[in-house]
Amino acid sequence: MGHDSTYTNQKFKVVGTRVNRPDGVDKVTGRAKYGADAYAPGQLVGLFLRSPHAHAKIKKIDVSKAEKLDGVKAIITSADLPDLTGDDRDLTDILENCMARGRALYDGHAVAAVAAIDMQTAKKALKLIKISYQKLPHVTDVDQAMEPGAPIIHDFVRDRKTGKPSNVCKISQFGHGDVEAGFAEADVIIEKTFKTEQTHQGYIEPHACLANISSDNTGELWVTTQGHFGFRSTCAELLGMDVAKLKVTSSEIGGGFGGKTHVWIEPIALALSRKANRPVKVVMSRDEVFRASGPTSATSIDVKIGAKKDGTITGATADLRYTNGAFPGFWAMLGSMISFACYDIKHVKSIGYDVIVNRPKVAAYRAPSAPMPAFAIESVMDLIAAELKMKPIELRIKNAAKEGTRASYGPTYGPIGIGPTLDAAKNHPHMRARLKKNQGRGVACGFWFNFGGQTCVDLNIGIDGSVNLIVGTVDVGGSRASLALIAAEELGIPYEQVRANVGDTASLGHNDMTDGSRGTFSSGMATIFAARNAITVLRERAAKTWDIPLESVIWKEGAARATGKGNSNRPPLSLKELAASAPNTGGPIAGHNEVVADNAGVSFASHICDVEVDPETGVTKVIRYTVIQDAGKAVHPDYVEGQLQGGAAQGIGWALNEEYVYGDDGCLQNPGFLDYRIPVCSDLPFIDTQILEIPNPDHPYGIRGVGETSIVPPLAAIGNAVSNAVGVRMNHTPMSPIRILKAIEDSKA
Amino acid sequence: MSGVHVSTTINGDPVEFACPQDETLINSLRDRVGLTGVKEGCGTGDCGACSVTLDGRLVCSCLVLSAEVNGKEIATVEGMVEDGKLHPLQQQFIEHAALQCGICTPGILVAAKVLLERNPNPSEEEIRYALAGNLCRCTGYDKIVRAVQAAGKEMRKKSR
Repeated sequence: MGHDSTYTNQKFKVVGTRVNRPDGVDKVTGRAKYGADAYAPGQLVGLFLRSPHAHAKIKKIDVSKAEKLDGVKAIITSADLPDLTGDDRDLTDILENCMARGRALYDGHAVAAVAAIDMQTAKKALKLIKISYQKLPHVTDVDQAMEPGAPIIHDFVRDRKTGKPSNVCKISQFGHGDVEAGFAEADVIIEKTFKTEQTHQGYIEPHACLANISSDNTGELWVTTQGHFGFRSTCAELLGMDVAKLKVTSSEIGGGFGGKTHVWIEPIALALSRKANRPVKVVMSRDEVFRASGPTSATSIDVKIGAKKDGTITGATADLRYTNGAFPGFWAMLGSMISFACYDIKHVKSIGYDVIVNRPKVAAYRAPSAPMPAFAIESVMDLIAAELKMKPIELRIKNAAKEGTRASYGPTYGPIGIGPTLDAAKNHPHMRARLKKNQGRGVACGFWFNFGGQTCVDLNIGIDGSVNLIVGTVDVGGSRASLALIAAEELGIPYEQVRANVGDTASLGHNDMTDGSRGTFSSGMATIFAARNAITVLRERAAKTWDIPLESVIWKEGAARATGKGNSNRPPLSLKELAASAPNTGGPIAGHNEVVADNAGVSFASHICDVEVDPETGVTKVIRYTVIQDAGKAVHPDYVEGQLQGGAAQGIGWALNEEYVYGDDGCLQNPGFLDYRIPVCSDLPFIDTQILEIPNPDHPYGIRGVGETSIVPPLAAIGNAVSNAVGVRMNHTPMSPIRILKAIEDSKA
Repeated sequence: MSGVHVSTTINGDPVEFACPQDETLINSLRDRVGLTGVKEGCGTGDCGACSVTLDGRLVCSCLVLSAEVNGKEIATVEGMVEDGKLHPLQQQFIEHAALQCGICTPGILVAAKVLLERNPNPSEEEIRYALAGNLCRCTGYDKIVRAVQAAGKEMRKKSR
């Protein structure tokens, strides 16, 4: 049966309230079980041996001494992992990323793994594995990797025109109109190049799993992941298992931000378990997380924007070069789609170059690929505004996309929030606050697509009328509370009567990952439909009890009510009463829904930021920060605010401090939280938020995803603020003290 | 490697265990005593997720050898509930939505408890500096600081 997902402007009773989350007590008492917190009888410790070289041929691996060590139960190298991926190149790359096959492609690339009875033995065994490497030329910089004569990383990647080996694995182009004609109309044209360094999601919980495969090739995997169904299919395919015979349970997840949508250690943990015939627990160290799990891309971007005297943008182009790490990806493609999404531009073109380098395979990081072009474009927007003597926010308002605008990446927008967030920013008291010496203010906008995808939920009515909602999207930041609110709203019962749980892969059909800000949007939609499905069953039971037609029974305020002639005196039957009588009216009561949740509803935000830069040291302090974002409908405002604040904080770190530093040897020099410094509590001010609600027309409650857009504007907002504070345009993140001082110095020269 | 025998008090209970000489306290707490509320985020003292108190002093348990805690008193997040009631900090963290993924929460609660015991009425800045050793990647710290302020207020009211 089809369901209507059209938005209806209903009045909410519980949706929009700030209830306590169901997993709160477990998380403040230490009871919540994360990836590394599981235990299985007889479990072994699994450890990886990783390449110390950026690029090297693996001439020989000798595990004979390690194998003989007492307490070592299994050793895995690529020789133990037959390639079962067929013609699926992406899957082959995943296999090769999990364990090097003949060549180490980056510093930290796994080359062997051991399972032993304890940590001491496993560490000893790693030292006994002898590997002879032949170092190969390497390249880690995106621009250098594109130069003729650069070391080639994969022979199968070829230049489209010449057919010769190349590090450029994908070229993507988006846009419309004739940009040259657009620039010809312009009174002012600004062209500038920007660089952003590579950053990591920096989740505090390292990757961890407990794998347990039996000799009959069936098994279980407990793992910290954003998508246990996706992990199941990838692991099963790589290891030649049936998906139904691998049960994957998602632990509580200690942060993911996109980095836990990809497998890293899990297939190898399963292979170790299969070989040892014992459970194997693998927990990455922080050093391994930085060196061998996916960061986001480093980029190099050229932007050109032309505008008329009145501020109308006539043409815009962007050339975007993204590192993909050691395997092909589509990160610049995303970047080229996103680039100009905030604006209504007649002539626009973006070209993205995805480039392979000797760095770890890039993974999604919150609105993946979006913050970098926003940094470049929003900076040039400020330069245009300065040239035209317009206020930066007025230039943005003038060119903001609106309903009916054809987006630079193709589709035509429905109702969207870029104009309203800009108007709210313009009218925000923050914009009128006085700035002092060495302080500057920056404004910037951001966009993210949002995603829906495959989703299913079960909603089971307990014998006492309490409701168990089982969802398949991992809860990364409070979505169980939001989904229980939605179930309570539909059923007309108190929030406390609903318990939301994340089901394992054996208890639900396939669910896509919690990515693309889809958790509350898509599982929320499925929850609404499942609840409506259960309400139909409840009405049927009431109709049966009263012996009247189904059409005469309505569901209102948590109870079945008889309507029509002669029925008005019947007392309503509550959910509790119907649950209690279920054994005699047809058995257990449940609702289900399986859906592809389309039209996730695009998301826009505008940020305002004040900074103070110490001209002596180059240190930047963020003194005030405001996030304004369209949520469609904020189901649980606390956790929407949390997403806005968290994304802004990550963006602030990216803008000011965080970067992967590679040495001339191509090895990562700062794989730890001491030298890769993420924002700490004393680095940040309170982050003000303003939630706008412009309903998504394609969700019954108007919900849009809210998780990602908040990381998009901060690089640019801070870039603009710092540039205004020091009087020099910044064009390279992070804007560390050294870079700021150098920019000031260069401007004086 | 020869082992050591450790006799200690954890959350008020006497606890004994044996471990290798070079084992860190975090690993003993998690793997031998079963207190997995103590989290490892880095193993190098940079993230604070493994914060516990040792004779009342805030430490990263990844930087302490288990052999050092013989005869000492350890408190972890698991010991914060008293008489079946959540500590005001725990309650306010839930009320203020001061956690998203929750992995840093145990360490932050332990650190904030030490702060409020020493300084019942800290300023925003004092809270921010007291918690600067505890990394949180989800929240931007906004709601954490507010929850600590609220807990401080509640505790001051009670002690009056």
